[in-house]
Amino acid sequence: MNYLNNKELKDVKVISKSEYPSKSVPKAKITKDLSSLIKELGLNDGAVLSFHHHLRNGDKVLNLVMKEVQKAGIKGITLVASSLFPAHEELIPLLEDGTIENIVTSYISGGLGKAISHGKLKGHIIMQSHGGRARSILNEEIKIDAAFIASPSADKMGNISGVNGINSCGTLGYAIADGLKAKKVIAVTDSLLEYPNYPADITEDYVDHVLMVESIGLKEGIVSGTTKVTKDPIGLKIAKDTLKVMEATGLLKDGISFQSGAGGISLAVTSYLRDYMIENNIKGSFASGGITGYLTDMLEEGLFTSLFDVQCFDLKAIESLKKNPNHLRMSGSLYGNPEVSSVVDNLDIVILGATEIDTDFNVNVTTGSDGVLMGGSGGHQDTAAGSKVSIIVSKLFSSRIPFIKDRVDVITTPGSTIDILVTERGICVNPLRQDLIEKFNEANLKIVDIKELKEYAEKIMGEPKTIEKGERIIGLSEYRDGSIIDYIYEVKE
Amino acid sequence: MIQMNYRTLLFIPGNNPGMLQNSDILGADGLIIDLEDAVALTEKDAARTLVREYLTTFDTTTDVFIRINPLDSPYFYEDLEAIKDLDIKGIVLPKAGIEPMEKLDEYLNENNLEFDIIALVETALGLELALDIVQRSKRVIGIFLGAEDLTLDLGAKRTKESKEIQYARSRIIAASKALGIQAIDTPFTDTDDIEGLKIDTQNAKNLGMTGKTVISPRHVDEVNTLFSPSKADIEYALRVVEGVKVANEKGLGAFSIEGKMIDKPIILRALNTLKLSGQYKEEYDELLK
Repeated sequence: MNYLNNKELKDVKVISKSEYPSKSVPKAKITKDLSSLIKELGLNDGAVLSFHHHLRNGDKVLNLVMKEVQKAGIKGITLVASSLFPAHEELIPLLEDGTIENIVTSYISGGLGKAISHGKLKGHIIMQSHGGRARSILNEEIKIDAAFIASPSADKMGNISGVNGINSCGTLGYAIADGLKAKKVIAVTDSLLEYPNYPADITEDYVDHVLMVESIGLKEGIVSGTTKVTKDPIGLKIAKDTLKVMEATGLLKDGISFQSGAGGISLAVTSYLRDYMIENNIKGSFASGGITGYLTDMLEEGLFTSLFDVQCFDLKAIESLKKNPNHLRMSGSLYGNPEVSSVVDNLDIVILGATEIDTDFNVNVTTGSDGVLMGGSGGHQDTAAGSKVSIIVSKLFSSRIPFIKDRVDVITTPGSTIDILVTERGICVNPLRQDLIEKFNEANLKIVDIKELKEYAEKIMGEPKTIEKGERIIGLSEYRDGSIIDYIYEVKE
Repeated sequence: MIQMNYRTLLFIPGNNPGMLQNSDILGADGLIIDLEDAVALTEKDAARTLVREYLTTFDTTTDVFIRINPLDSPYFYEDLEAIKDLDIKGIVLPKAGIEPMEKLDEYLNENNLEFDIIALVETALGLELALDIVQRSKRVIGIFLGAEDLTLDLGAKRTKESKEIQYARSRIIAASKALGIQAIDTPFTDTDDIEGLKIDTQNAKNLGMTGKTVISPRHVDEVNTLFSPSKADIEYALRVVEGVKVANEKGLGAFSIEGKMIDKPIILRALNTLKLSGQYKEEYDELLK
């Protein structure tokens, strides 16, 4: 009788009338005083604080909270932020004074990444995938002391919704694990709505405090008004060729599941896919990932039966999430947690970008051509691993620097999970995928050896200079399952 | 080899390294690298150098024409001097007239160059004299109607409907067909209006144009599609080449299909159709020998 804590029935005590509970009173969760709240949370040196990035470059919450933590004199914080943007450049002094000692994130861009690459973080940065982040929080490899959840809307009890409020951002998929597992969960909002606030992404039973602030973000930095297909003819050529590749895989048929990013070329692929599906009367299963208006249009046109949305990229996506029951919310774990059943494992095709690729098909989206942190896996590792076919789309040169290397600067996604590269000068297939090579030969689709394409690029542009690195390892590129796949080195200024 | 019929001739500004570098992968049948209107007066030298660098560094897989500056500019001969040793298909002669055509032909002959010429007709006088102009050089493979400058010269308002150039189109087409050369239509200048492009291209094709210049890579696919041969055209062309093969084997000088005599122009058109449809085989090179 385990539920009795292994006690014998005779040892169980029945409470007396005097011990009967009184009627419960709702907890008072609302506060406007961040300083007092930080004291109340009892945060100590070395605390682990988490944030999500659904407000993207419009986010004000992370800076606001961390500056207050700095004022409180708490040091050695491990910052677990699902992504960091140029807006978070204000945190550089907090690296220098030791307020922030370690960072765990899935993407970093702007001045903060540059400062870390130049050695300003005293500890280390761990670069995770979105699915890897959810895994590490849910299995308590990372134990969060307090999760400050930027909330476009909340009610007094802490029901958080991403679709309501002036700074609505849509789904809050990346914050779900934090909400479930953090020791303390704080909804930070500028839009307090009547109880109950619905549909709630995180419900009140997981929320300890509701912090009212003047503004959680700048709308223009949170979502794009519209996302647009590239007009660049080279990008369009790559997208067109990608559709041919997709056709040759044999996966463009009823029931297809698909994911692509919101970059110009990826959107162009989605746009061509839409035309193809209409022309060939194909009804897909689902599309997933960050969702744009292009995909919501396809949902409404019946080209997909549902959308799995972990992040809304534009206003149209937010509107769709609000009104369309087939537009589904997806947590980071449901998206790509490798320890559970996840959506990426059901994907047919994913279209991914890259900063560079090497002749073993390893991909770097973590550092730029100068070795400085300027990105991160996001869902890259997860979707590449889970999908039946992963396709990298990229120009062969970027600012006159060849895209294909002997060895990428930092391995973000291992080549063993990357199947195809499409550039404007040729299509390469990973030799591990002989099945695809055979299909492409049958379809008369010309493929080139990635080494030959590299040689061609270097013949035109020359071999790029080696990046000058320091000795110090400043961070680790973590694979989605928690294993480490590469070091990240300091870069000389 | 038979003369290629260009469904699309894509303009590439001669001063744009990014466009030049990728010009051969954009799907156009031919390229016109522009040293004229796309290049400001202050950049003429730099553009010539850039175009030379590009054409001597990259192996292009597409036929390249260069639009030089007109005879009445100070750059006509400078352009020709700069490009005379390049591996290109030919020259686009702007403001085509009798004198410019004669001067160009003379220059090419004196320098033993094998360049073809496309005559760009864009003045009222050029339009009225088109047949005469193109007969001044055996190198001319096509007449290209330049409607923007022409309508300016005519004092006509340029519209998307293009009624104002219907006469010019027909006259260019008649002159081209009379000489068995290509009739190349003016570009559609609204790069975002793909539906408008389709209508304009179809209209030009219906009148008899054989191809069209384009100023945006995004127009290439649509124009290629509209100028591509139909399934019936391809099937007929295949029957013609099979007929030629049999006739050659039997040593026959002439033969007929469905009661119609098949002569050289029909065979050439069939071969061209197969080229455009991607069904041309190297062995067909031998058919007319």
